[in-house]
Amino acid sequence: MASEYAALDRLVRVEGPRVLATLVRTTGSWQLAEDAVQDAVVRALEVWSRDGVPPEPRAWLTLTARRRAIDLLRREAARGGKEAAAAALAELLDAPLPDQSVVRDDLLRLLFTCCHPALPLEAQTALALRTLCGLTTGEVARALVVSEATMAKRLTRARRKITIAGIPYRAPEARDLPDRLRGVMVTIYLLFNEGYHTSTGDDPLRRALTDQAVRLAEMLRDLLPDRPGPLGLAALLHLIDARRPARLTVDGDLVRLADQDRSQWNRAEIETGLRLLGTALRRSAEQPDPYVVQAAIAACHDLAPTWAQTNWAAIVSWYDVLLRLEPTPVVRLNGAVALAELRGPDAALVELETIDGLTDYLPWVAARAQLLARAGRNREAQEAYAAALSLPSNDATRRELARQLAELMPPVHTNVAVDHEPACIHAERWPPDRSGESANHGTSA
Amino acid sequence: MTQYAALIYEQGDPDWSTLDTPEKQQTMAEYGAFGATVAAVMRGGAALYPTTTATTVSVRGGKGGEVVTTDGPFAETKEVLTGFYLFECADLDEAVSWAAQIPAAWTGRVEVRPVIDFGALAG
Repeated sequence: MASEYAALDRLVRVEGPRVLATLVRTTGSWQLAEDAVQDAVVRALEVWSRDGVPPEPRAWLTLTARRRAIDLLRREAARGGKEAAAAALAELLDAPLPDQSVVRDDLLRLLFTCCHPALPLEAQTALALRTLCGLTTGEVARALVVSEATMAKRLTRARRKITIAGIPYRAPEARDLPDRLRGVMVTIYLLFNEGYHTSTGDDPLRRALTDQAVRLAEMLRDLLPDRPGPLGLAALLHLIDARRPARLTVDGDLVRLADQDRSQWNRAEIETGLRLLGTALRRSAEQPDPYVVQAAIAACHDLAPTWAQTNWAAIVSWYDVLLRLEPTPVVRLNGAVALAELRGPDAALVELETIDGLTDYLPWVAARAQLLARAGRNREAQEAYAAALSLPSNDATRRELARQLAELMPPVHTNVAVDHEPACIHAERWPPDRSGESANHGTSA
Repeated sequence: MTQYAALIYEQGDPDWSTLDTPEKQQTMAEYGAFGATVAAVMRGGAALYPTTTATTVSVRGGKGGEVVTTDGPFAETKEVLTGFYLFECADLDEAVSWAAQIPAAWTGRVEVRPVIDFGALAG
């Protein structure tokens, strides 16, 4: 029974957003459309678990949501006699069931509107989870670790901005597509990262963020099949997600890529990622794409039977390509860390010291400490570890750094492997500044 | 249709009342060209004298209280409001595409804000 219910739940979370995407367009109101679809989803779970799934679940959901929307609109029209409500009502009453291509176009509209650059990043991720992944407001709140009241406020503010500022419900024109698409991919990537860097104690909904991000990446790839970027992003997320089972100890401690038990990696997901990567590489042969290149780097790791047998030369050359596409300090840092495996810690340290602007950035400070330790420069390494430990981070990272520092204490030690989990290349955009609202993590009243 | 204010912020508090440098003359020519292009959606706008001519007014103690006037803009900021346009557009994307053509956007920033239509709110 439980698994049947889970299957139903999955079904409505896939179909619900499709129904919503069309309803937002026809009613012109996010709040109303979300309320109507939420209502239809609740009824579907109720009725379907009792009577079985209807032959056309999407049609059932569409009609049920539409009836609910009509009720809500009639109430609105009766209250204020609004023209907009009447017009939406007329359209809803007459509209045929949307076919596959209409649903596709509406999902694209929903996706690009959720990720419109005029919305703050934290509103983009919240809206995407709420509308495209079909999570309730409470679930979005838990997944992003804020109180439900804060999340409700954040979503309301986002919907209000869409309406008042006139953010259009449409997919960008060809001219704007590359820029806008990049924005959507950054949002999905950051959402993935948010879930990936969660430790075991956290809410399962939070850990499921990676699944939601993979779903969004798959949706984007499905909607824009000709673009290499979404293919590369989907490949990248699968290839990293595949390592998740080996990434943390039972106590929630981080296990570095070098030390991970590779037999725990999800082979099926690696295969999926590799297949997508193959297509993405063929499509971007003329014009390399940053996500495809990152997926290629992830694939080099996933394909290596052991840390020692990793093809570092290939990884370093991919970083050279990535640096041409994204010449940012964080990419240089990740490249330098890979260089250490190919040419040794001294060469990597030389490269590391030339990167500007990262001296307060934990991955840079930690990488430097680890490289100094490997180079046998223990006193400098100890200072660097102390600096790393003084920077804000999470408990798992802090414990791992402390462990490495402790290992360093005996004078002879030369084999401290650097964590090859590349730093998030969009790190400067995450976490977003939450100073505007109280981020209630459940620790205070 | 929504009206949008495009608020222009520039560094260095420029004085647009005198075109005393070739750069300013060049920029003003760009504004002339922009004005011609944007005419169909433009509903208003103004260029402002520098903040050295500004007076900030506040009434201490609320309505009917003491009128306090101070020189200059409210806060000491690097970027100052130097002018604005009022556009009427179908949506934010259109307003942003016009705002991006304002010469100041190439060196400073333009903030696009929807204008409250009190008539529509009442109706």
